[in-house]
Amino acid sequence: MDIIHPLDRYLRTDRLPHIWCPGCGIGIVISAMLRAIDRHISEGHFTQDDVATVSGIGCTARATLYLNFDSAHVIHGRAIPFAIGLKVIKPNLKVIVIGGDGDIAAIGGNHLLHSARRNMDITVIMVNNMVYGMTGGQVAPTTPMKVYTTTTPYGNLEYPLNLIKLVSSLNTNYVARASVTHPHLIERYIYNALSRDGFSFIEVISICPEVFGRHIGFRNPVELFNKLKSMIKFKAKPSIDESDIVWGKEIVLGEYVNEYKSGFIKLLYGS
Amino acid sequence: MIVDRCKECGLCINVCPQKVLERGNEFNIYGYRYVSPKYIEKCVGCRLCEYICPDFAIYVEVDGL
Ligand SMILES: Cc1ncc(C[n+]2csc(CCOP(=O)(O)OP(=O)(O)O)c2C)c(N)n1
Ligand code: SF4
Ligand code: SF4
Repeated sequence: MDIIHPLDRYLRTDRLPHIWCPGCGIGIVISAMLRAIDRHISEGHFTQDDVATVSGIGCTARATLYLNFDSAHVIHGRAIPFAIGLKVIKPNLKVIVIGGDGDIAAIGGNHLLHSARRNMDITVIMVNNMVYGMTGGQVAPTTPMKVYTTTTPYGNLEYPLNLIKLVSSLNTNYVARASVTHPHLIERYIYNALSRDGFSFIEVISICPEVFGRHIGFRNPVELFNKLKSMIKFKAKPSIDESDIVWGKEIVLGEYVNEYKSGFIKLLYGS
Repeated sequence: MIVDRCKECGLCINVCPQKVLERGNEFNIYGYRYVSPKYIEKCVGCRLCEYICPDFAIYVEVDGL
């Protein structure tokens, strides 16, 4: 395997270039995640063999095919139950679930609830591009109101699911929101999530120029990126009340929950 | 640049504070006009382009680091 790029050791380089469309935000998230993992590895906290990634189905979920860790690519929405099984049997692994908003919050929403409720010791990275990317840009539970998608030609009439509010209301240790417009924050939050026991959840607001951008006049990745960037606001101590997403208004990034309670695995096996 | 990974999305050109990068005129094996660091002497090594590239196509090496 040729190692050229500094992250190539964590990638199955023979499968690159990946399938993601030009300017798709998913690659930015994966790159930031790999830098966070690399930092932990170089600081001696764990090794490459201690990391396992699990994903379901979707553009985002394809990530596990490119990652040079022990990985499982399972059925749509069921990445979290697979990850829980893995963590319970091999508690020393760092188990990371990567998925889209459809995979994690729509079809997989119930699993998200109950793994968060148990403070299960896994890290869930949800790439929120606000639509179902892989199947052609249909409305998702995370699509902001009034936005046009393939299946909402008159604008979305449904109130979106606010995952930050939902997961924060459960017994979790870490909830943060990042955005592809600020890759250093994605890296920092994933690093922080991997530094603790219990359940950690990171929502990364992403851009899908191909099937989200095209319906709202932002087919060009750079224009969509700059539009999203103009909406982003970082706060050191954000309040959950300001976490709703309205397209065109402020999207607040930050660490919403930051705790160090014992996770499920410690309760199960003792310390 | 790892030219055959570039998909010509333009995000690196957009974030570079020094206007180092430019879309090239040559095509890679997939038919994209890959970006090149045309004004490399202006680079300050901030790595914004490396962090924003979704395709692992660009990375920055700073002399002496
Ligand atoms: C059980 C099942 N239902 C539906 C589908 C069709 N399907 C494939 S991917 C997907 C949604 C993808 O959206 P998301 O999870 O947000 O990921 P993205 O592609 O946007 O990254 C759907 C509904 C499927 N593969 N399996
Ligand atoms: S359809 Fe959207 S989410 Fe999927 S790879 Fe293309 S830009 Fe990315
Ligand atoms: S590292 Fe150099 S080329 Fe890259 S964004 Fe910074 S100044 Fe521009």
